[in-house]
This record gives sequence, C-alpha cells and structure tokens, in this order.
Amino acid sequence: MEFITIVLSGVLIGAATYLILSKSVLRIIIGISVLSHGIHLMLLTMGQLKRGNVPILEDSVTNYTDPLPQAMILTAIVISFALTAFSLVLALRNYKVLGSDDTETMKGAQNEN
Amino acid sequence: MKINFLLMMPLIIPFLFSVIMLFIGKKPKVHRVIAALSELFMIIVSIIIVVAVYQNGTLHTNVGNWPAPFGITVVYDMVAALLVLTTSILTFFVIIYSYQSIGIERETYYYYPMLLFMITGINGAFTTGDIFNMFVFFEVFLIASYVLIVIGSTKKQLREGFKYLVVNIVSSNFFVLGLGYLYSITGSLNMADIHVKLASFDGNKDVMTLVSIVFFFVFLTKAGIFPLYFWLPDSYSAPPLPILAIFGALLTKVGVYAMMRTMSLFFSFDQSFTNTIILALALITIVIGCIGALAYYDLKKVLIYNIMIAIGFIFVGITMMDLTGLIGAMYYLIHDMIIKAGLFLIIGFIIYRTGKTNAKEIHGLMSVHPVTGWMFFIAAMSLVGVPPLPGFYGKLFIVKSAFENGYYIAGIVVLLSSLVILYSIIRIFIQVFWGKPAVQSELRQIKYDKLLFSSFALIILSVVFGFTADLLYPLFEMAATSIVDPSTYADYIMEVE
Repeated sequence: MEFITIVLSGVLIGAATYLILSKSVLRIIIGISVLSHGIHLMLLTMGQLKRGNVPILEDSVTNYTDPLPQAMILTAIVISFALTAFSLVLALRNYKVLGSDDTETMKGAQNEN
Repeated sequence: MKINFLLMMPLIIPFLFSVIMLFIGKKPKVHRVIAALSELFMIIVSIIIVVAVYQNGTLHTNVGNWPAPFGITVVYDMVAALLVLTTSILTFFVIIYSYQSIGIERETYYYYPMLLFMITGINGAFTTGDIFNMFVFFEVFLIASYVLIVIGSTKKQLREGFKYLVVNIVSSNFFVLGLGYLYSITGSLNMADIHVKLASFDGNKDVMTLVSIVFFFVFLTKAGIFPLYFWLPDSYSAPPLPILAIFGALLTKVGVYAMMRTMSLFFSFDQSFTNTIILALALITIVIGCIGALAYYDLKKVLIYNIMIAIGFIFVGITMMDLTGLIGAMYYLIHDMIIKAGLFLIIGFIIYRTGKTNAKEIHGLMSVHPVTGWMFFIAAMSLVGVPPLPGFYGKLFIVKSAFENGYYIAGIVVLLSSLVILYSIIRIFIQVFWGKPAVQSELRQIKYDKLLFSSFALIILSVVFGFTADLLYPLFEMAATSIVDPSTYADYIMEVE
C-alpha cells in the first residue's frame, strides 16, 4: 500500500513539475496545487498508512495509527489552500494590469520601472 | 512548569498589534503610532531577553504546558535572542522611515499590519524549537512578504511578485517533504529531541545526507546562494525602498539562520561531504555577487548584489563549523543586518530626493547634503570592514578560521572580494556625491527629516556596534558555542525525559 502511494505522489510531483515549467500563469498555479497534493500524500505515507487502530486511548487497544502526520498535513493543506487563493487573486490582478497571462511577456525587468 | 510569558512576547506583541490595526481599519495615522509603539516594546522586551539568556543560558518555555517533545517549545539561545533584538531595532527604524516614503495609499491599505505579521513570522522562525513549527512560521512571514512585495500593484511589483511567489511556494513544499523524511527517520519534530535521537541513530546514515540535501535546497533558496539566487536580484528591486530594506536585511538571513540551526542540530555527524559543497557554492556566490555589484550603476542593484556577497561570507564562516568561524559568522550576520538596512535607507533617501535610481544620472549631492554624504561614506567603510567598524571583526574571524582549517582559497576569495565591495560602493559614492554640484531646484521637494533620522540612526548604531564589539564578545562567543556545541541548545530536553 505504501509503495503505491509513493509512486502516486511521484507521478503527481512529476506532473506538477511539467505544469510549473509551462508558460501560462494558470497552469503554473494548478501545478503548484498539484505539487502540494503530491507532497502531502508523501507526508501521509511517511507515518505508515495502516498499522493499527484509531488513535483514541483505550485499554484494549495497544497498536495505534500515528496521528501526527495527519495533523501536519492538515496544517499544510490549510496553508497551501491560502496560498492557492492568493496566487489566483494575484494572477487575476496580473492579467488586469499587465494584460497577459503568458510568462513570456513577464520578462524584461531591465526595460521598464 | 509555568509558561514564561517573557519569551512569548516577541510573538505576541507584533501579532496582537497588527490584529488591533486590522480592527481599527483604514486609519493610516493611527497605524503609524501603533506600529512604532509595538516595535518600541519589542526592543525593550528583546533587550531583557538578551540579558536573561546571557545570565541563565538557553531559556525555553512550553506552549500550553505540554512537556517538551510532545508540545511546541519556544527556545531562546543567544543566536535567537541576538537576531530577535536586531530584527526589532531594524523594524522600528524602517517603520519611522516609512512615514515619509511609502505613500499614504499603501499605508491606508494595511502596510503596517502586514509588516508586523511578517515580523511575527520572522521572530517565530528564529525562536521556535519545533521543526514543523518553523515551517509554519516560514509560511507566516512568506505570506506577509507576498503581500508586501505586491502592495501598491505597480506593473513591476506584480510581475516580480508572481515569480517570487512561485519560487517560494515550490521551495516551501520541499520543506514539507524534508520534514516528512525527517519525521519518518526520527519519529520526532522537536529539534532538540531529534538531535538527541540522531546521536543514538544506528541505521543507515546515508539517508540523512539525502534529507540534508532536501533541507539545504530549501534554505539555500531562501538565502539566495548560487545556483538558487536567480529570483533574488529582480524580485528585491521591485518593491518600494522601506520594504526592500526590510527584505534585504531580514528575509535572506532567516534562511541563513535555519541553515545554521539544522546543520548544527541534525546534520552534524557527516559534514565533510555537504560542507565542502556548501563552501564551494558560497564562494561562487561571492564571485557572482561581485560581478553583479560591478555590472550595475543602479543604486538598488549594487546593494542587492552586495547582499549576496554578505551571504557568501556568512556561509564561509558557518561551513568551517568551529568556534572561530561561527563567531565570525555571527558578527558578520548581525553587522550585515544593521548596515544593509542603513545603506538601503540612505540610498532610499537619495532616490526619493532625486527621483532617479541610476547613479550615473545623479551628481554633486555633497553641496546640498554634506552630512548625508559623509554618513554614506561611513556606511560604505563599515560595509567594507575598515578596522574600527564592525565589518572588520566578522571578516577577521572568518578569514582566520578559513586559514586555520586549510581552506586558503576561501580565505583569499573573502579578502579579495572586500576590494570589489570597496570599489563598487565608492564608485557610487563618487558618482552621487562628487562632481558638478547639484542645484537645489533640480531636486524633488519632499519632507525628508524622518528619512535621514532612520538612516543616520542605523549607521550610527553600526559604528557604535563596531566600537563595542570587544565588549559584546562574550555574547557572540556564547552564540557561536550554541551552534558549535548543540548540547548547550538541546540539553533542556534531558530534564523532561
């Protein structure tokens, strides 16, 4: 099971790399969110997927699943959600002011101020 | 054990005041007063903390009274205490400087709250004892910095802001990945606990080298080391000068701090491999910074490339991983934060007064602003490291350590690059202040008393720091010891277990 999720997160990160390297701003943003999904999946796998019971303290159960990676992912998901929202707003504003969503036209720091 | 609220103050004060500002709404005049007040409190609190750390050694407090490896811990060793103090001082003067430079529109649209949110994140990253918490605080100050870099929405800011955003989000994601690896190996997130666990780690140590590469990729991107510096010069030249000053002085240094901390706590058993690579990268960074500083006459660009040179110096000191090198790195780190902020603020004054950023178009300011001219000269000398001024001590220790450890090339590169810094900055001084006298009527008529106050204050602070460097030596030795010998940092975990 761990093996499959590791491969899956590798595929997600690979796809994200492809998207981030493209020229369209929206594709880059989608790439960023896919990248964070891949990495969250990897983080989940790091705590082992299924090794015991629900982590609630009870006398009869001795083997618990590690809840900490899930707590960390929750935090990371919230952060990446906020970042995606912000980057979408920034892309919109970029499109309104610069009139383009092509990173090719976003070069040229030397030419203007 | 009780929670020590003194240690929480550097997180609570800026956060609380910025939330208050958000509730007050769009009243820039009120924001100004509140922001300056909060940083005044911060200076007082952080001086008290420095004294307390000096007297008692490493201090820590457990948030929510959860004992150390399980809860989140705030840990102050001398490194963190000194960095928090410097951060507060710089931010205070940048806030005063912003009154007359940032523009009332930006002030209305929550410039000060964002600045203070960023300070919350930076203080948190300096002081947290929990590696996941460090990631969260990285995100806190990064998200505030995304807002600061685009605030005002000029074309250049939006364009460069987007690149800055993408680079930082990608590197932050790799931070999470590294955390995942580290957690699966050690089963802990508390930095001191990880250090203790790794000391008795008997698995395959090569895997730690892999983890260290992931972490170093993240922190070197934030610090702007070759080949990960590509985003730095353009992004930093986009925002207005007070923001540039605070970015240039603080943000890259957080990456440096994180490198120092992780190298000393996690990746200390097999350093020869990674340290050689980082040393080589640091030297290339110095060379590239030198080329950049010589290639431009743009005032901002010259200083931005000087940031890279300074980062290179500090890394040369850190990679030596001995007491002398680390004392040098600490001296240079604190010195560079102060003097870079001072120089950015004083060139900011020149840019606001003349309306030009290219040094070639400015001439003869000495006739109108003689005091500013000589202050700029002192700042330039301090940046280069002429003996009574503080840059000298850092370089002395770094070069000494490099020669002691047999890295002769590193020592020579550091020494030679000082000449390049001297040339690049004096070239600007001559262009801007000498030559055909400037005419009062050609300059922009602006209010500039607060601009001069802040920049002079920081430069004078730098000079004072230079003259008291000998007196402050015990503090810096303590800071360096805490990096070289991590047990002074990590010992608090033993009390619990």
